Amino acid sequence: MGNRRTVRFLLNGELREVVPTSPTQSLLNYLREEERATGTKEGCAEGDCGACTVTEAELTETGEVRFRAINACIRFLPTFDGRAIWTVEGIANPDGSLHPAQQAMIDNHGSQCGFCTPGFVMSMYTMYQNGETKPSRERVLDCLSGNLCRCTGYRPIVEAAMKMGDYPEARTCGDTLAERLKAIRPEGTLEVETAAGNRYYAPATVEELAALYEANPDAVILAGGTDVGLWVTKHLMDLKTVIYIGGIQELKKIEQRDGAIEIGAAVLLNDAFPVVVEQYPEMEELWKRFSSTPIRNSGTFVGNLANGSPIGDNPPPMIAVGARVVLRKGDRRREMPLEDLYLAYRKQARDAGEFVESVRVPLRRESVKFAVYKLSKRYDQDISAVCAAFALDIENGRVKDARIAYGGMAATPKRASHAEAALNGASWDEASVQKAMSAMEQDYQPMTDMRATSEYRMTTAKNLVYRFFVETTSGQELSLYAANN
Amino acid sequence: MQQQHRTVGQSLKHESAHLHVSGKANYTDDIPQREGTLHAAIGISTRAHAKIKAMDLSAVKAAEGVIAVITLDDVPGDKYLGPFLHDEPIFADEEVLYYGQPVFAVAATSHDLARRAAKLAKIEYEDLPAILTAQAAAEAKAYVLPPVHIKRGNVEEKLANAKHRVTGVFDLGGQEQFYLEGQIAYALPGEDGDMHVYTSTQHPSEMQFMVAHALGQHVHTVKAECRRMGGGFGGKETQSWVFAVIAALLARKTGKPVKLRADRDDDMMITGKRHDFQILYDIAHDDDGRIQGLKIEYRLRCGFSADLSGPVGDRAIFHTDNAYYLDEFDILSIRGKTNTQSNTAFRGFGGPQGIIAIEYMIDTIARKLGKDPLDVRKINFYGKTDRNVTPYQMTVEDNVIHELVAELEETSEYRKRRQEVNEFNAKNKILKKGLALVPVKFGISFTATQFNQAGALLHVYTDGSVMINHGGTEMGQGLNTKVAQVVAEELGLSIDRVRVSATDTSKVPNTSATAASTGTDLNGKAAQDACVKVKEKLAAFAAERYGCKPEEVRFADNHVYAGNEKIAFEEFVKIAYTARVPLWSSGFYRTPKIHYDFKTLTGRPFFYFAYGASVSEVIIDTLTGESRLLRADVLHDVGSSLNPAIDIGQVEGGFIQGAGWLTTEELWWNKDGKLMTHAPSTYKIPSVSDVPAQFNTRLYANSNKEDSIYHSKAVGEPPLPLGMSVFLALRDAVAAVDDSGRAVPPLMAPATAEAILKAVEAVKAAKKAEAVEAETV
Ligand SMILES: Cc1cc2nc3c(=O)[nH]c(=O)nc-3n(C[C@H](O)[C@H](O)[C@H](O)COP(=O)(O)OP(=O)(O)OC[C@H]3O[C@@H](n4cnc5c(N)ncnc54)[C@H](O)[C@@H]3O)c2cc1C
Ligand code: FES
Ligand code: FES
Repeated sequence: MGNRRTVRFLLNGELREVVPTSPTQSLLNYLREEERATGTKEGCAEGDCGACTVTEAELTETGEVRFRAINACIRFLPTFDGRAIWTVEGIANPDGSLHPAQQAMIDNHGSQCGFCTPGFVMSMYTMYQNGETKPSRERVLDCLSGNLCRCTGYRPIVEAAMKMGDYPEARTCGDTLAERLKAIRPEGTLEVETAAGNRYYAPATVEELAALYEANPDAVILAGGTDVGLWVTKHLMDLKTVIYIGGIQELKKIEQRDGAIEIGAAVLLNDAFPVVVEQYPEMEELWKRFSSTPIRNSGTFVGNLANGSPIGDNPPPMIAVGARVVLRKGDRRREMPLEDLYLAYRKQARDAGEFVESVRVPLRRESVKFAVYKLSKRYDQDISAVCAAFALDIENGRVKDARIAYGGMAATPKRASHAEAALNGASWDEASVQKAMSAMEQDYQPMTDMRATSEYRMTTAKNLVYRFFVETTSGQELSLYAANN
Repeated sequence: MQQQHRTVGQSLKHESAHLHVSGKANYTDDIPQREGTLHAAIGISTRAHAKIKAMDLSAVKAAEGVIAVITLDDVPGDKYLGPFLHDEPIFADEEVLYYGQPVFAVAATSHDLARRAAKLAKIEYEDLPAILTAQAAAEAKAYVLPPVHIKRGNVEEKLANAKHRVTGVFDLGGQEQFYLEGQIAYALPGEDGDMHVYTSTQHPSEMQFMVAHALGQHVHTVKAECRRMGGGFGGKETQSWVFAVIAALLARKTGKPVKLRADRDDDMMITGKRHDFQILYDIAHDDDGRIQGLKIEYRLRCGFSADLSGPVGDRAIFHTDNAYYLDEFDILSIRGKTNTQSNTAFRGFGGPQGIIAIEYMIDTIARKLGKDPLDVRKINFYGKTDRNVTPYQMTVEDNVIHELVAELEETSEYRKRRQEVNEFNAKNKILKKGLALVPVKFGISFTATQFNQAGALLHVYTDGSVMINHGGTEMGQGLNTKVAQVVAEELGLSIDRVRVSATDTSKVPNTSATAASTGTDLNGKAAQDACVKVKEKLAAFAAERYGCKPEEVRFADNHVYAGNEKIAFEEFVKIAYTARVPLWSSGFYRTPKIHYDFKTLTGRPFFYFAYGASVSEVIIDTLTGESRLLRADVLHDVGSSLNPAIDIGQVEGGFIQGAGWLTTEELWWNKDGKLMTHAPSTYKIPSVSDVPAQFNTRLYANSNKEDSIYHSKAVGEPPLPLGMSVFLALRDAVAAVDDSGRAVPPLMAPATAEAILKAVEAVKAAKKAEAVEAETV
């Protein structure tokens, strides 16, 4: 019995059955070039501007429909197998009247050149579909964090989004959607092969994935594609074999057991963060500042760890709290501390054909003081110049165990072992903090690039230890993030 | 007497809003493609300055889907183009002059294949020394245009004898336009050598001319058309030519329609940005902070060619006064030639750089004197009857800066908040707040007098619907909406009767760029003129037919009133048509009063001034340099607003764009001269949460003293410099690190977290040095 070859999805409510011309064709190019639906725009082709925002709907395991705003420019078409997509052309009411997201934008003068507008409308539409028809300003800022506008200065757009509920209720597409999604729910492995010999597999189970990857160790594992997508759109890489893991239900699980939260490899950033933040509320700001809403709706939590970029935001806090990754190759499973995964720049302790099945995040212990700080030029949707995480076990004013990890300071996410040593056993006071700050120079020789100079990285790496000290001892919150909500 | 208007002055929706929100507004890339359309990509240089020793394009030619590859040798007409000097080769001419310069172009069967093919070139370079910064260019005396120097009085003497003298250097970064819609052109070859180019451009006529020159054809064979742009901001004033011309060359070569849509990274690597400046200043002032003499040297990074750097540099000079009277001055402007992108127009066109220069200096004076900078600003304001002549010898006749600033000072509760900020800073060691109120005066008109003209073409159809075409382009600023309002007002029609058509060089010829904020001033007036002419004919006809005087004929409420008759407009024009009365006309306008001598830089370059002011309050973290804008209040003068909603949109958008320029938007070239911030992943324009919850924007109640279109004022550029109150508030916050109140933070722009931290550390170090000195004394 062969695998399925066609990708099935609903586009603005209509069924599409497509044999992709290339497995790495983006949804955006498909829409614009093949559907000739040009309402969805390209502003960057790297997930950063939001002009390409569309709404994706997926059936959860329990049969509910979830709506998510995503960036069409970096998501490959076959990843929509079994899902539904709405674009700006498809959201007006059946009688032709505009959706509240659209009408509110007009009435509040939310468009000038209009090029960003379809993307904003789709982010707003997604909120509406999820029942957020009268959102708070804070929610609006979060949901629009992935949409850039160069003309308006945003004020009218934010107001439009907050006022969607003032309009007559839109006819939702929800009634029969669950049924229709059920009808196209993927069964078995999807396999796409092109004339040029490029292959794409979307296995349905972890077993199949493990076998496939072991047999094709050169394949690229594709999770949310928020890193991989850019290899294609920006670096024009020709990916020979791609194995997509985003359709595997078992990998979408979050479970609590053995003193840890286990997050599967296909769990989205936006689904994982709330659970992690429950344990580590200090991570909430990082969650909100990690990329943008649409990127977090495609990208996975584990993908960020597996990608292992030295400037990724999840490795520092996960290393600091002592997270462990579960690696799988064929039938073999093994576990290691996250920091052991990173050997050198873009080099990992994974064998050929071995993938990350999940990450195990330890539950919070009372005695641990924790913080994570992200420094970047812009608050939202920016890559860190420095990301610092501290987890200090403090008993009676003494540091029992210090775990400090930084991103942006070395070729890998890396613990500050000298700084940790300076603190271990010492009393948690300004003098020890000063020692730890000095020790930082032995831990890192950061580089200079367009995000920051080496000096800035080093100075702030030290100063953030001080910030952590002030926050933990004075109770004063120094973060400016929420200052203008 | 306040005239009653019906459509003018109303907050009508943007003419395309309903299309924008439903994805039906067509941009150049959305135009249905003609069969056989090819897609182009540009191969760019990977050296800042080098000789091309050998170029092997065989792999490009052999790549899948490739139909044609062209280099400079394939240009049939002029090989060098440029808006003033023709100093830009269409493709590199044996030598590459910047990292990102087009070297060749390829047409292929798909966009993707074209991009892939363009990567396959093998080019051997021999590196030559490269000049990368404004400072290096100034020091090497490398110029794209000769320096410009204006002076009055004996500044050297003033400086030498001054009681107070401040000198310093201010590095001011550039800015990428970052129009959301990237550069794009679609060229369709037609019969008999015709070339029809759809182009996302602010200047269709220039695109038409350049395409014709490159093809070696007469201008009448080329038609350039633009329905709308997804933003321009100056970046599509001249530099859209690269894309229009290359698409046309490939279309000529292949005989097929060719679309050239630049990938964002290519766009940013190829095209120029706002000029970054190095500013050297030396000022003499009195005890109150009144400027007595000022010497300033502007060093511009112009890039590899002149482009618009001349007028940009001039406009910086013209705005060095901002709202202040300068008695004696010495201003030198150096137009440095560098091996980088050719810097170009960007909203404000040098004006913002000149304005922030003087504001930075006044801020410095105030800090040294321990005064509130607002008080020092006020002392230096232009007078109404005296102290009112600009350095370029134009008398400021419409000055409202005193009243406007006083109003904002009150509505923003500046003084009270100053107190609160001080109290906050006294209590907080790590976090510091800052506050700044900054005025803006901005001159309106193209400095080159000849560009201050416009044409329009008005058609009234026999069903009473109206089509207006004009030479301006719509890039989101609401120009078409405002022109439609003017036409509706003049003809007494409701707005739905009026449609504005795409800008098209075959309708109105020899148009000026939609730039210098003049779009509505010029094209609105030209459209009005066309209406007046059509009305004259219609009124004469009505008077004759209905027995009244022509001046008694009125056009209102979709009707024509003549004598005792009230006739529906559509009915009336049918009758007029039958009676062979012309129902269409062209219109023309040239701005009166202006004149300007390029040699002496004196005259009246501006028809009038637009005024504004803003107050910003910020907070910084002195451990990391991070900052937030907490509140902004803006009061801006648009004269009698044609459309308050659109004007507010321009003001708010301009303010945020200006704030972005001076905070997060950092352009960063590596040591090889490669721009490393060439996409939104690395180049950070403001995002939604950078806008403060308290963002109060109001229009100042005023009317244009000059006879502009319905006495409105231009609004495109003037609000942009208002964003500098954010920068100066940040400087204020940094100064608070030293509680003496006299610190002068060496904050450079953009004030990224890193720049702020650096300034914080400098203030701390200065304080420490002072303390050590005090101890040793
Ligand atoms: C606009 C934008 C903004 C961003 N902002 C941030 C940010 O603020 N902070 C930040 O840290 N990152 C950011 N990123 C990067 C990216 O979103 C994250 O790294 C994301 O978590 C990656 O997850 P993914 O599922 O999309 O991974 P993918 O792109 O699918 O994969 C990433 C890499 O990991 C590998 N991989 C994925 N899953 C596995 C697995 N289970 N086992 C083995 N290998 C695997 C892939 O083969 C690939 O090499 C941003 C990206 C974009 C486009
Ligand atoms: S095109 Fe910019 S995010 Fe997709
Ligand atoms: S309206 Fe132009 S980018 Fe948003």
